[in-house]
Amino acid sequence: MNRRPVEERLQDFDEVATGLSEQNAVLEALRCMECPRPLCVNGCPVSIDIPGFINAIANEDFRKAAHIIKQDNMLPAICGRVCPQEAQCQSTCILGKKDKPVRIGALERFVADWERENGVETPETAPATGKRIAVVGSGPAGITAATECLRAGHEVTIFESLHAAGGVLTYGIPAFRMPKDIVQFEIDQVLALGAELKLNHIVGRSVPVDELLAYDAVFIGTGAGLPYFMGIKGERFSGVYTANEFLTRVNLMHANKFPEFDTPLIRGSRVAVVGGGNVAMDSARVARRLGAKVYLIYRRREEDLPAREEEVANAIQEGVEFVCCANPTRILGGPQVQGIKCIRMEMCECDESGRPVPRACTEAGSTFTLDVDVVIEAIGQGPNPLLAGLIPDLKRGKRGTIEVDEDGRTSIPHVFAGGDIATGAATVIWAMGSAKKAAAAINKMLAEN
Amino acid sequence: MYKIVKRDQIADNIFEFWINAPHVTKTGRAGQFVVLRIDENGERIPLTISATKGDDVRIVFMATGKTTQQLAAMQVGESIRDVAGPLGKPSDVKKWGRCAVIGGGVGIACLPILARELREAGNDVTGIIGARNEGLLLLEDELRDACDELVICTDDGSKGHHGYPADVLKEMVSDQILDAVWIIGPAIMMKITSLATFDSGIKTFVSLNPIMVDGTGMCGSCRVTIAGEMKFACVDGPEFDAHEVDWDELMNRQRTYTGQEKESLEHYHEHKCHCGDHQ
Ligand SMILES: Cc1cc2nc3c(=O)[nH]c(=O)nc-3n(C[C@H](O)[C@H](O)[C@H](O)COP(=O)(O)OP(=O)(O)OC[C@H]3O[C@@H](n4cnc5c(N)ncnc54)[C@H](O)[C@@H]3O)c2cc1C
Ligand SMILES: Cc1cc2nc3c(=O)[nH]c(=O)nc-3n(C[C@H](O)[C@H](O)[C@H](O)COP(=O)(O)OP(=O)(O)OC[C@H]3O[C@@H](n4cnc5c(N)ncnc54)[C@H](O)[C@@H]3O)c2cc1C
Ligand code: SF4
Ligand code: SF4
Ligand code: FES
Ligand SMILES: [Mg+2]
Repeated sequence: MNRRPVEERLQDFDEVATGLSEQNAVLEALRCMECPRPLCVNGCPVSIDIPGFINAIANEDFRKAAHIIKQDNMLPAICGRVCPQEAQCQSTCILGKKDKPVRIGALERFVADWERENGVETPETAPATGKRIAVVGSGPAGITAATECLRAGHEVTIFESLHAAGGVLTYGIPAFRMPKDIVQFEIDQVLALGAELKLNHIVGRSVPVDELLAYDAVFIGTGAGLPYFMGIKGERFSGVYTANEFLTRVNLMHANKFPEFDTPLIRGSRVAVVGGGNVAMDSARVARRLGAKVYLIYRRREEDLPAREEEVANAIQEGVEFVCCANPTRILGGPQVQGIKCIRMEMCECDESGRPVPRACTEAGSTFTLDVDVVIEAIGQGPNPLLAGLIPDLKRGKRGTIEVDEDGRTSIPHVFAGGDIATGAATVIWAMGSAKKAAAAINKMLAEN
Repeated sequence: MYKIVKRDQIADNIFEFWINAPHVTKTGRAGQFVVLRIDENGERIPLTISATKGDDVRIVFMATGKTTQQLAAMQVGESIRDVAGPLGKPSDVKKWGRCAVIGGGVGIACLPILARELREAGNDVTGIIGARNEGLLLLEDELRDACDELVICTDDGSKGHHGYPADVLKEMVSDQILDAVWIIGPAIMMKITSLATFDSGIKTFVSLNPIMVDGTGMCGSCRVTIAGEMKFACVDGPEFDAHEVDWDELMNRQRTYTGQEKESLEHYHEHKCHCGDHQ
């Protein structure tokens, strides 16, 4: 991926990865062997016809390429940017065995960006059915479900508790990775199909449960927004943020432009981010852009980091200092943060997922302290408990997820769920894939009765 | 956009606004709040639902910092960009028996709706309100109507009992049987007043006001410690058992942005004079 130079990108929140030029996209597309049994497709959670759209790029028919992708993926401009491609479609591309895999994600992004600039084809919609569907949450899952139901001719109302649509794409993933005008463009597409979007509506409160259940069908896509805490001493000090709070203050509320925007934020001159996933990388890179020296504390080894490779590389380039095989044991200070105490971790035998189990070292001298004034906890999020907990008879899984079958059906016949609320924190493409299946099941159910 | 349908100044620096927000009034109950954002550059601030009537919700606030001062300057017919709600859990309204509802400062505004709901549930309700001086008292007539009995206190003796609601509560605790108490006001007032019921074990609720962002349980900014456990005030509260609250932690966290709040207010006043509109 081509990236803007580090010195330049640390000064702003503009996109880091630059797209492919038309010429380079065609050259890259020509590398694809158009395998008759394409392995790449197995790696894509929504089974896009990858050789099909790449062939259209090679023939310089970008409109057709967009058409092919959109049969399976309504949000290519987003997935082309944030899908963990190296672990999905590109990991199974046959060319990857000897050489570099085809850059499928970059090509997908190219096509989506081309289409946005050259005019999007509005998908055809079936005649109005008069059936009403409620979609709860406007993240990738909600947007996808809404689109599919609108295409089937149903009336769709999307409820969103925040003042802006998009879910994590809006409040979580920073603009330098997911430009907000692109998110807005995708949302506008759904609205253009006739969706009604009700912001500031918390379903379960503004919309009571009985009113929700009165719709002909309901899709719940409320996400995994519940932040977890480490449970160590000092977490209540001023200057300790969850990644959700830190990222929301910046991405949704624009605290980086305080006082022009009202929302305050402790910027911190030295920041410790705890965690090793995409959320941790995003927090660390935002903190770097706010001018802080940033440590990223992760309990396993660098090669175990669960974040996308590209994002780890970006974070390293941008000067984030990785402190691996270490775990915080307490936050020092009070009432403000003054430091974070950590213990070294050793890697022991692997667990069933094949990752080594980290265990705290016991020998003397295994603890150390980092001098920081802000701590950001990015150790994971659970399913949003609010609405799921208010609906009687809705069956929930072990960790608070909503239980669904393969088609997204819940224990209540006309209620469906998809995305992070059903799977636990996952990815954009998984959220979309599950929402698409649920919407298909909704459309089938409504066609039958 | 949510239209301001009525606006009044009801005490020194305290304002009453009625805002058209049918999604809030449909189910909004005592104890719940809204989060509002004035415009595109605005922050999200929580304000308690003080009353509802048809499609309109009432908020009562003190113009302290940037956002509340900007709000106070708005006029009837203008609109607020975002009003989300109702948020939080409703107050635990049921048949308790004898209840006292106590308000300090702008917290008084939360009492009428609560007193009315408690009386409808068959309770005998005493209202106790306190302010620094007469000029800061509010909603007196409305409260006299909503409660069975109303006691007024001022710190300087300019009206009613010379002293604090805590004194009145202490007397009530020793004189008669009280079954439940609500105390709503600044953190320090809630902390001190709730000491009056500590030994008696009378159920005492307080409405906590930590700094919030989303108000939906997503960010953790509003975390408070209740009986040693972490709770999110916006979804688990805002009302909790007063005797289980870690008050010092709450007050420390409320001070997190003191410096920036001052800066924000100065920036607002500077820019207000030049362009008239802070966009
Ligand atoms: C910082 C961060 C970085 C990430 N990076 C990546 C990445 O690089 N690649 C990737 O594939 N994935 C990434 N993810 C994960 C991905 O964003 C999520 O898996 C995806 O957004 C889930 O979509 P969703 O629609 O299920 O939920 P969400 O995106 O969480 O949307 C849920 C929406 O529902 C709303 N809502 C909740 N409750 C209610 C209610 N009661 N009433 C009304 N509305 C409600 C919420 O406000 C929210 O807008 C990242 C996540 C985070 C937090
Ligand atoms: C559940 C709840 C209900 C509330 N109800 C009322 C009410 O009915 N009437 C009323 O006057 N006030 C109420 N408040 C307090 C109100 O939110 C703050 O006064 C307001 O945010 C101040 O904003 P400002 O910009 O004008 O002042 P600032 O100068 O920014 O802040 C002044 C003080 O208000 C508090 N505060 C600032 N930002 C927030 C925030 N985002 N969330 C919570 N507190 C903050 C801080 O302690 C701060 O020191 C309530 C708070 C909570 C949590
Ligand atoms: S959606 Fe994601 S996994 Fe599928 S082809 Fe596109 S980038 Fe690859
Ligand atoms: S596996 Fe690779 S080379 Fe084969 S079709 Fe897919 S992208 Fe092209
Ligand atoms: S305000 Fe964000 S979780 Fe309560
Ligand atoms: Mg403020």
